[in-house]
Amino acid sequence: MSILVDEHSKVLVQGITGREGRARARLMRGYGTNVVAGVTPGKGGQEVEGVPVYSAVVEAVEACGGLDASVLFIPAPLVKGGAIEAIEAGVPFLVIVPDRVPVHDVLEIAAAAEANGARFLGPNTLGILSVGKAVLGMIGGRAESAREWFRPGPVGICSRSGGITSSIGFYLGQQGVGATTLCHVGGDPVVGVDHPAAVLQFQDDPDTKAIVMFGEIGGTQEERVADLIATGRVTKPLIAYVGGKAAKEGTRFSHAGAIIEGGRGTHEGKVTALAEAGATVVDDFGDLPVATAKVLERSGIPLAYDSATRTS
Amino acid sequence: MVRLSEHDGKAVLARAGLAVPEGRLCATADEVRAAAEALGGRVVVKAQAFTTKRKDQGGIVFADDAAAAGAAAETILAGPLGEHGVRVEGALAIADEVYASILIDDAARSPMLLYSTRGGTGIEEVADETPDAVSRTPLSMDTGLDEATATAAVEAAGGEAEPALITALGRLWEAWRGCEARTLEVNPLVKLEDGSWAACDCRATVDDYAVFRHDELGIEIARESDRPPTDLERIGWAAERDDYRGTFFFLELSPDYDADAPVVAFHGTGGGGAMMSMDAAIARGLTPANFIDTSGNPPASKVYRAARLALAQGPVVGYFGSGSGVASQEQFHVARGLVKAFREVGLSIPVVMRLGGNAEDLAVEILETHCADLPAPVEGYRKTDTPAHIAERMETLIEEGPYGDGPAGSLARASQEPERPTESPNQTRFATLTGEVVLDHAACLECEAKPCLTSCVPQILTEQDGVPVLNIDEADAARGGCTECLACEVECAHTGNHGGTVFLPMAGLAAAAQVTT
Repeated sequence: MSILVDEHSKVLVQGITGREGRARARLMRGYGTNVVAGVTPGKGGQEVEGVPVYSAVVEAVEACGGLDASVLFIPAPLVKGGAIEAIEAGVPFLVIVPDRVPVHDVLEIAAAAEANGARFLGPNTLGILSVGKAVLGMIGGRAESAREWFRPGPVGICSRSGGITSSIGFYLGQQGVGATTLCHVGGDPVVGVDHPAAVLQFQDDPDTKAIVMFGEIGGTQEERVADLIATGRVTKPLIAYVGGKAAKEGTRFSHAGAIIEGGRGTHEGKVTALAEAGATVVDDFGDLPVATAKVLERSGIPLAYDSATRTS
Repeated sequence: MVRLSEHDGKAVLARAGLAVPEGRLCATADEVRAAAEALGGRVVVKAQAFTTKRKDQGGIVFADDAAAAGAAAETILAGPLGEHGVRVEGALAIADEVYASILIDDAARSPMLLYSTRGGTGIEEVADETPDAVSRTPLSMDTGLDEATATAAVEAAGGEAEPALITALGRLWEAWRGCEARTLEVNPLVKLEDGSWAACDCRATVDDYAVFRHDELGIEIARESDRPPTDLERIGWAAERDDYRGTFFFLELSPDYDADAPVVAFHGTGGGGAMMSMDAAIARGLTPANFIDTSGNPPASKVYRAARLALAQGPVVGYFGSGSGVASQEQFHVARGLVKAFREVGLSIPVVMRLGGNAEDLAVEILETHCADLPAPVEGYRKTDTPAHIAERMETLIEEGPYGDGPAGSLARASQEPERPTESPNQTRFATLTGEVVLDHAACLECEAKPCLTSCVPQILTEQDGVPVLNIDEADAARGGCTECLACEVECAHTGNHGGTVFLPMAGLAAAAQVTT
């Protein structure tokens, strides 16, 4: 199994006729994603990469007999409209790729999602990839790279950095460790599926036996994951690295959303909270693969899966 | 997020209908005296520095007349809090003080009102000493601080929900929404002797992603900073603002070039990978001169401009680049951007650049072979090379130097602005999104291989009478049809022919570099 997406998920691409949407639709299909429809207002009736295009999400939902997910490749100022349209049309899971979506727009999207029982990943996310099954967004870039870099196995990966999401998948693979799903929770200060939500998904996924998390300074996500472990809600071993040790207080590093505010969200605070809760926290990013392999071996969990050892 | 000064924050509140004391922003003591004269009566002179506890630092001074106000301003403006000027406003007759702020609760993904009956002191202290006097109220994006919500919040903190206060809180919500604030704090919100309410102070941070739709805020660079932007940062921002393709972020860190630790240019790719790489560089004893992030599939032209800025900021002894290591973007664009910059500057400081990700072999080959004739070594690395390893290489290469005329020579050349090639009849010349492509026919006629045609990523050139010409509309090329992949310059130069130039202007670079050095 995997979390949030697999090869059966019926996927919509919003903004499919744009430069990025078109290219990504092709790459996602190349990896195995079941892209069944695209939406661009006013362009209904066209086809892109053999995928039918509709002018409105509700039309796509009707034509496809329901949709499981939508990936948004539309300009940041238009994201709010597109996301709320998809939520109200009944799409249960959104992947909001664009960077620079205004935070008030994100809060409105969050309110709409809450009201309609939908979830969203991002904004400012590279997406999510369930190994060997499907990718939503742009993790891995080329499909052949994604197939070469990531192997199936027992580890769920979540990260606040897009590039690092791929890096962890690749470096674990080098160590012989495979993954169920790689999830970039997005680099912005307010995101939909955050680390605690992703970690809970992994906890409830039978194929995921351990969780690797790349945290960053700023916000409260890592502290809340520590709470989940401390209260026994999360029992699977969690191995973490927290980036930004060298960051100067008050300096925001790019879109990393990494800011230290009023003593909360510091590097030290996050590392301490996670370690005290019982997580394995590595000091050097390069130590993650070995530390993860050790945790798995200690628990008698195979490092990687082939089809015979999978439970589904 | 961008911080607003008290003065600008109060303008936001006033636009939403929340009363603020009448006041003026002044840069000199004379302006303060004139403003105090015009306001009449007792005034308060307030430093506009972005700091807490201004009063304890002498940044807030009450004055009975214009002369006293001028004297107070002279002291403040000459001191550490004076950089952003002072605001002079009429002193209020205060009957009561409360605290109110609206901020974003990242866990709940919703706004929250933080309210206290105890205004005027720091909210952390108040929450510590008298937790019952503080209320935290989640707010709905739909209804915000409507009457019922505001009333409940005030009462939860033990306050009296008088109508004028509830109205004021409603306007605070309008102001928060109006400027798309991350945080809007009024401490104190005061009740005047006539029973009306006014905002005595204001600390606001607005969302940098929303600044594009708020011209009224007059924000120059939409980014968190504890100081005004440097001239080089302004040039970087111009490149970022006008080009939607990928991320470009340039921040100077103002290192001490005379200290023992080697100061290097830092070029990251992707926020998290960049941060992790910076940690590795610092752990190795290197001091980053700056922070750069070019990611999200930016064009080579953006990478080029970032590198030129990094090289112009001071006498850096090395160029250290690293990101996540497994980039989803095609990394040869990064390589070509760097090659153009390094060749233009005739780089005489060593480079280590981790180019791991898609097409990394090609990227490393382009970077290394195209820079092989430069005085200093240029090393490209792949996803299997760790940041710690390349930091160690950086250190070694710096120790083995100097190369050519060293850091000073590089800096001098990097401080020259890119020059626009002169126009002549025998050229293919067309505008791109942020520059201009010039192909010199005299050189092209000598060239049989035509690498400009074969390596052009968007394939927009074709051969006509032995020279490359544009194969799409000039207007399309200028709108982004030419992706500024820089192959027509970089690959041509590699043959030794130098027939292709992509002119990418960086207005103000020479002057900005002068200031820095």
